[in-house]
Amino acid sequence: MDYLLTEEQVMIRDLCREIVEEKIIPVRAELDESEEFPHDIVKVMKESDLFGVYIDEKYGGMGGGILDLCIVVEELSRGCAGIALAFAGTALGVDPILVAANDEQKERYLPRIVKGALCAYGITEPGAGSDASAIATTAKKDGDNYILNGTKCFITNGGEAEIYTIVAMTNKSKGARGASMFIVDADTPGFTYGKKEEKLGIRASATRELIFQDCKVPAKNLLGKEGQGFITAMKTFDMSRPGIGAQAVGIAQGALEAALQYSKERVQFGKPVSSFQGLQFMLADMATQVQAARALVYASARQIDAGVKDVTRTSSMAKMFASDVAMKVTTDAVQIFGGYGYIKEYPAEKFMRDAKITQIYEGTNQIQRSIIALDMIKKGF
Amino acid sequence: MNIIVCIKQVPDTTQVKIDPETNTLIREGVDSVINPFDMYAIEEGVRLKEKHGGKVSVLTMGPPQAESALKEAVSMGCDEAYLVSDRAFAGSDTLATGYTLAAAIKKIGEYDIIICGKQASDGDTAQVGPGIATQLDIPQATYVKKIEDVKEKTAVIERSTEEGFEILETSLPCLITVVKEINEPRIPSLKGRMAAKKLQIKTLNAIDLDTEEDRLGLTGSPTWVSKVFTPPARPRGEIYETEPEEATTKLVNELKDRILQ
Repeated sequence: MDYLLTEEQVMIRDLCREIVEEKIIPVRAELDESEEFPHDIVKVMKESDLFGVYIDEKYGGMGGGILDLCIVVEELSRGCAGIALAFAGTALGVDPILVAANDEQKERYLPRIVKGALCAYGITEPGAGSDASAIATTAKKDGDNYILNGTKCFITNGGEAEIYTIVAMTNKSKGARGASMFIVDADTPGFTYGKKEEKLGIRASATRELIFQDCKVPAKNLLGKEGQGFITAMKTFDMSRPGIGAQAVGIAQGALEAALQYSKERVQFGKPVSSFQGLQFMLADMATQVQAARALVYASARQIDAGVKDVTRTSSMAKMFASDVAMKVTTDAVQIFGGYGYIKEYPAEKFMRDAKITQIYEGTNQIQRSIIALDMIKKGF
Repeated sequence: MNIIVCIKQVPDTTQVKIDPETNTLIREGVDSVINPFDMYAIEEGVRLKEKHGGKVSVLTMGPPQAESALKEAVSMGCDEAYLVSDRAFAGSDTLATGYTLAAAIKKIGEYDIIICGKQASDGDTAQVGPGIATQLDIPQATYVKKIEDVKEKTAVIERSTEEGFEILETSLPCLITVVKEINEPRIPSLKGRMAAKKLQIKTLNAIDLDTEEDRLGLTGSPTWVSKVFTPPARPRGEIYETEPEEATTKLVNELKDRILQ
């Protein structure tokens, strides 16, 4: 299928494929096992200009949009979703800056990000996951600063990023309307890291606690106005969900390719197993699902890039559908590999472990279904 | 500093198969790539520029489709690209190629270092680099695995030899041929790829170059390929798995029987 990419997007895709073949595939199993952060590969991504693909040329970027970002995430995830998260987690941290930063803040941060400064986004807390309004981290104005106190958990790129965008309550009594968004530099006094999580999948990515203890953030780092944090967060999710969909599509594509190749090589009853109809039907279903998921992810990304106002429903559909497809396709890939699918020496089981998170983070798929249903009930079609 | 990198476009040998009937390469459907050893030459040229400033010009002799090799070199960071192309150059052996490329380099102008890969993966002669240096009458160092230092008039380089390596100082300008230990070629960046797309390649033909006609192409080539064949595979060696004394005796006897009789 031709997805009608521009010449530049094809160039981005080809570059990512080279990085996957030459740099990611040779080390992915090892980094998965050791849970080591892929510093060397991040360096290659930096030097290849990948971190600027979706950032305005004014700040040194390539001037592309969410679709360009999705292509990068998808292609890198086809190799390893954990390694891809160094890039995707950064994009998630940058989204609030793109959504709500003033010119001065953009001038200060976007050129650094284009050059490869990693970012992270901090909203989740031990007591506030799907219910973002339950955030307990506080930010108290004190002269030219805000004093942050609280703990964020499950933060992708935590401890590795240089720049963090953090949601904290400036007025707890107002609930969601009392939340504000801040840019916090890694070296801000009072900002430290807590536990690094051990995970089922995406193990080459860093998932860590962020701890703020009387952390003094300059008031000029407030994104938008006080009380707008929740709106910025929701707009960020609208932009970031196609990216998770892209990650899911990449994982599914990687698993599908591996399963197809294996089915042609594995011989049983004197024939390659790909000659058996039971397996052919599985492969056909997997390929169709991946293609449908990619089409929806790209459509939702193009909608954002075209400036369509209300993108929430499609963004949620793209994230939900693609991640459910990834789980299904990777599980079937393990099945096609048979006993070898369950063994770490072969790539299938890792794709399946990596796929699971895409149904959970950036809003669980149950939350996505609620968003889609409520939006439809309220607005019709 | 001004750096010139000479490259060659070759068939992708990872894809090449041999026709069992004629024992020649099957070239149909095989992609053309930059000679793998030349990738190290390009990378080293770009690294020298990044460290010392200046510009890198990349040069190839070949048919018009060799432009794609030049574009790839520019995507890796070369600044200018020259295609030396003319029917008159067809059939050049290593002597005529060295002569023609040297003429092109004189045309390009000032240079401090010329870098070539140690040899091309199709011909495997390793003669063109030294040939260019000879034609230009400049010092050459082959099989370079490290450029230690570059000053205004001199460079210190490390070249690998069969026994190990040697470190030498050479005056500039000079020509070096490089081995794969020297660096790890980069993946071209997006900005590099964009630059390559926009680049205007300069073409030099026989008239542009100040050359003597009888030194070009087939006429200027004293060597020719009379036959291409696959040498018989060398049989596997024999390993004596016994005590050293016993093995030595056995080996000596074998040698006597087979060779020294």
